[in-house]
Amino acid sequence: MVLVFAESQKGQFKKAAFEAVTFGKQTADALGTSCVALTLGSSDNAGELGVYGAEKVYTVGDDSLNRFDSQVYTKVIAAAANELGASVVVLSHSSTGKSLLGRLAVRLEAGSVAGVNAVPTVDGGFKVTKSVFSGKAIAQYEIHSNRKVLSLMGNSLQPAAVGAAVSPENLAIEVPASSIQVKSVEVVEGTVPLPEAELVVSAGRGMKGPENWGIVEELAGTLGATTACSRPVADSDWRPHHEHVGQTGVAIRPNLYIAIGISGAIQHLAGVNNSKVIVVVNKDPEAPFFKAADYGVVGDLFDVLPRLNESLKKFKAEA
Amino acid sequence: LINFFIPNIHFNMKLLVCVSKTPDTTAKIAFTGGGTEFDTNGVQYIMNPYDEWYALVRAIELKEKEGGSVTIVNVGPAANDAVIRKGLAIGADEAVRINADPKSSMYVAKQIAEYAKQGGFDAVFCGKETIDYNGAEVGAMIAEYLDVPYISFASKLEKEGDKAVIHREIEGGSEAAEVPFPFVVSAAKGLAEQRIPNMRGIMMAKRKPLQVVEPVEAADLATVVQYELPPEKSEVKLVDPENMDELVRLLHEEAKVI
Ligand SMILES: Cc1cc2nc3c(=O)[nH]c(=O)nc-3n(C[C@H](O)[C@H](O)[C@H](O)COP(=O)(O)OP(=O)(O)OC[C@H]3O[C@@H](n4cnc5c(N)ncnc54)[C@H](O)[C@@H]3O)c2cc1C
Ligand SMILES: Nc1ncnc2c1ncn2[C@@H]1O[C@H](COP(=O)(O)O)[C@@H](O)[C@H]1O
Repeated sequence: MVLVFAESQKGQFKKAAFEAVTFGKQTADALGTSCVALTLGSSDNAGELGVYGAEKVYTVGDDSLNRFDSQVYTKVIAAAANELGASVVVLSHSSTGKSLLGRLAVRLEAGSVAGVNAVPTVDGGFKVTKSVFSGKAIAQYEIHSNRKVLSLMGNSLQPAAVGAAVSPENLAIEVPASSIQVKSVEVVEGTVPLPEAELVVSAGRGMKGPENWGIVEELAGTLGATTACSRPVADSDWRPHHEHVGQTGVAIRPNLYIAIGISGAIQHLAGVNNSKVIVVVNKDPEAPFFKAADYGVVGDLFDVLPRLNESLKKFKAEA
Repeated sequence: LINFFIPNIHFNMKLLVCVSKTPDTTAKIAFTGGGTEFDTNGVQYIMNPYDEWYALVRAIELKEKEGGSVTIVNVGPAANDAVIRKGLAIGADEAVRINADPKSSMYVAKQIAEYAKQGGFDAVFCGKETIDYNGAEVGAMIAEYLDVPYISFASKLEKEGDKAVIHREIEGGSEAAEVPFPFVVSAAKGLAEQRIPNMRGIMMAKRKPLQVVEPVEAADLATVVQYELPPEKSEVKLVDPENMDELVRLLHEEAKVI
């Protein structure tokens, strides 16, 4: 059996969870077994996970699980995996998933691979692939143990509706007490978090100063995109740190990445070069980013951006 | 398990920092043996930036404030000694190298956990992830072997009484938690400011103890069997900056992303 730990945000299951279930279902199909989902804490739409291929949705609804503690979560998920007889556990490669993957691997004595980007192949060994060396190579791993734990890189596959909603079942698992105390959670409201965003508008030092970001935000607003930035921009506090993408920031793989006034240093590319389509706006035709781009606009961003925004608005109005 | 760590009453903090070695960010990536081995020919190595800039420096800062010691641990061959010495030059007190050529995260974590159990450390610091394989697994694994809390991607860590208050990065924001010692933490940007070793540090590092110990038995449950280079990007298509309607059309009709 493949067990997918589905993460909710504020009680809502979203794209990352649906992707993980889709991945779990496709893995289960390859192995000739079934896929089930597990949810922890309270949530509203757990049954919807059935649509993406979870035959059953199990819930441990204990209120204490509404706060995340990797130690507690690991014990509960491992107990569920043991009770249900799961051979593969699937997580999202999110901050939560990354905190759990290694712990679960140890607890379940399972081989693990972090940030898998495609459904495993199972003939002649259980093999998965992931991007390594900052996107400069792809590595194929073989997992040698009977049990496996995988985390799925966001935007690696499209959630696929293959079934119908199910009613979640309660799973009786004792929840150990947490030794940590969560004091505060601060999240920016209203936008799709970067790792999940399909459309990203990102800007760099070419913007000259934080006061000029209005045109970037307008463009992002028109597109429904999430905003990002290069490292020096975050370092100078022009933009918040969580917007920093690249090797030392967030690694993303959206469908569309628009880079504005960013030179395309290798460390920046490391976090974005898995994007499906890259558009670069830069006034310097020699900027290294053009080598990694699908579409390029050589021009002054202060002219190009408002024009692009107008064209997009027109397109949206017609669509 | 709990007693493997002996929390000190008067905080003389005993801190362990896990340091790994990675190819320089600008290294050319190539493979030999039909794509089965990473080609180390001509590759420059560095200390993994998260370990050096954030994990190590924050541990040193805490020691400077609270008293105690900082020990560096690396699981690797003798060729890693240069990177370890750099860590000593930045300000760690001593180092241990567990003499092995690891093939998996779990192997590394098992070695470090076994060493940590004997050391009575108050906290184990890792980097957020290594920049070559981006596992972000080793810290979590050590924490599970030790059965202690694990806080990933810490951007702030302060000692408050007998606990630490740690801020960690989450999607689109951050979360703060009070965590009892001992714990494992992985370090992200913001936790500290990079320190450049000075001449005195480099001289002193030569005399600081670097102990070499042999590994314990541990399995490799997941290993790389094949590497491939990603497909080449095709030439960029340039669009007239005066004609943004054309870019929108291309994104819609050709790329199909809007
Ligand atoms: C170990 C290490 C890790 C790093 N990690 C990261 C990371 O995670 N993320 C990251 O981003 N960087 C990272 N860096 C920094 C990286 O090397 C670059 O310095 C950084 O990405 C440059 O940011 P930038 O492109 O915004 O600025 P610049 O390199 O200054 O580029 C600005 C660009 O804007 C263009 N421009 C200027 N004015 C205009 C205009 N009016 N219209 C159009 N274009 C204009 C210029 O032609 C130029 O190409 C790292 C560096 C190191 C050493
Ligand atoms: N060989 C190693 N020796 C010591 N520490 C390591 C080693 N490999 C990884 N680490 C630590 O574990 C962190 C996460 O590594 P990884 O799980 O490989 O991404 C690194 O930032 C280091 O702090």
